[in-house]
Amino acid sequence: MDFNLFLLAGVDGLSYASLLFLISLGLTLICGVFGVINVAHGSLYAFGGYSAATLLTWMAPHSPSTWIMVASLFVSAAVVGGLLGVFLERGLLRHFRDRDPVLQLLVTFAAFMVLEDLQRMIWGATPVNAADLAGRMGTSDLVGVTFMNYQLMFVPGVALTAYAALQFLLRHSIAGRQIVAVIHNREVATALGINAARVGTLTFALGGALGALGGALSIPMTTFVPGLGAEMIVTSFAVIATAGLGQITGALLAAVLIGLARAMAVYTLPELEVVMPYLIMVLVLLFRPHGFFSATAARRI
Amino acid sequence: MQRSVLVSASLLAVVALLAAGWIWPWSRVPLINFLCYGLAALGLTVLLRAGQVSFGHAMYAAIGGYGTAFTARHFPGADTLVVLAAGVLASLCVGTIVAVFVSRYRGIFFGMLNLGISMVLFALAGKLYAWTGGTDGLRFERPALLGMTLERGAFEFALLLLVMVLVVGLAWAVQRYFVSSAGQVMLAIRSNETRLEYIGVSARRTLAEGYVLSAGLVGLAGALLSMAQGLVTPESGYWIRSGEYVFIAILGGSGHAIGAFLGAAVFESIKLAAAAYFTNAWQLLLGVTLIAVIFFAPTGIVGWLRQARTRTAGETS
Repeated sequence: MDFNLFLLAGVDGLSYASLLFLISLGLTLICGVFGVINVAHGSLYAFGGYSAATLLTWMAPHSPSTWIMVASLFVSAAVVGGLLGVFLERGLLRHFRDRDPVLQLLVTFAAFMVLEDLQRMIWGATPVNAADLAGRMGTSDLVGVTFMNYQLMFVPGVALTAYAALQFLLRHSIAGRQIVAVIHNREVATALGINAARVGTLTFALGGALGALGGALSIPMTTFVPGLGAEMIVTSFAVIATAGLGQITGALLAAVLIGLARAMAVYTLPELEVVMPYLIMVLVLLFRPHGFFSATAARRI
Repeated sequence: MQRSVLVSASLLAVVALLAAGWIWPWSRVPLINFLCYGLAALGLTVLLRAGQVSFGHAMYAAIGGYGTAFTARHFPGADTLVVLAAGVLASLCVGTIVAVFVSRYRGIFFGMLNLGISMVLFALAGKLYAWTGGTDGLRFERPALLGMTLERGAFEFALLLLVMVLVVGLAWAVQRYFVSSAGQVMLAIRSNETRLEYIGVSARRTLAEGYVLSAGLVGLAGALLSMAQGLVTPESGYWIRSGEYVFIAILGGSGHAIGAFLGAAVFESIKLAAAAYFTNAWQLLLGVTLIAVIFFAPTGIVGWLRQARTRTAGETS
């Protein structure tokens, strides 16, 4: 494989990994607090992407500056993802809190089915994208290959900022430390006076916003069609399973690994593109059944 | 007493369905579909008893379907029963390999790993055009049944009869399995696995066996479904289909093998209502009903009927 191809695949892989990381981050946070994989997270991603596309198409005739468009991406993701997240937690999951975890998983699955249909009703089945924004950010040359700045710098930059910000938040803010406490042990955290229900809503809002942000940032690069949400939720599950549930740094590394492997497959073995994330997941899980960075959990008898 | 009620009610239902299929030829394929959905849901009920949910089991229906289609296309003289058996065998083989891997996991991991594997197979079935015919799927000629070459109508009725025999036989056998010691171990996996291992039973092995059984049941359903249509598509292994099977199993409840078929009957009624009134909101309707069932009747129709019976028994005594 020649060097240019390698470089192309590398940049593609990193930008894909960044998006994947944003989505996995929300998923792994929610999983930590609730002990449930939020299958409806795929819909949060799709809703984020579609609503950003609608917003960008609406703004385009008014020809605003690029920075206003970028800011509106963030705002729409935060509003759409945050609201949907809160709605999912308050309206749905809260009422199933003391049920069997498998039933809770099913509830999020059912919510996903509902949201998929709603999304089809709102935005239809026609492919949607907004490549215009990525074009506006210009291009830059890297050892003779031209890349879009959007892909090369902006998206990975956002992902790294989100990682750093979240780490800071979880370590140094009161709300963040409360989230960590609830993840560690819900009962003890409640006994210490933490309002676990409020922490749950907060986590869902945060996770939802991150998922929607992943969707909003991918709309200038990917074309959205119905069914993309399902693919994304399964791929990001592959990321957090590879990393170990609840591992944030692990999720970053696993996302990069899976993103790069997938991009390499696109350029060398296109048939294997979709299989790549699962192949990595299965390989890792064969040797470390609970992921790369998993902490050992106490057995409860 | 209660057992005889169950047997006579089932007998009545079997006779009624066969009579409907005999009188109205158009009802044969929908009836086969209904019974096959019940059969597939029965496969998921097996896992549900161990507290596990698989979001990818439709892949075994697809494997059963493709196994059937490949055999029918490559061995044109093969009998229907042989062709169906090839489909079931294919899903049993894949099920065994996957079982070795997934039987270490429980809960979320179990469900999502199955979903991941099924997504891979779905994507491959759509992409490997040369072998699977891509998204259009594979068409095949109607094979002979027990050496007889039948007309379409007669073949469909014969197939309905065959499905009915299989359904009754398998529902009985699976119910026997539920009350056998292996079936009781599956229940114990749900309540407390660690204690189970302290008494020297391998939970992993029992779950793997249950998994292969469920893969075979879903595979049979897939093989029969593709046989009724003479067509198999990747769609038969899509995650939405898996979700529908899970839905039926939850709706019916895991208390008794008959639950899967009661669930399938309600499912088909919802489907009819959706086709008539909400053509574009099928998934939405399904999702909302699933949430309502989990909220109001987490043990499904079977659990609900049992509760009603104990209540009336309490009133009379």
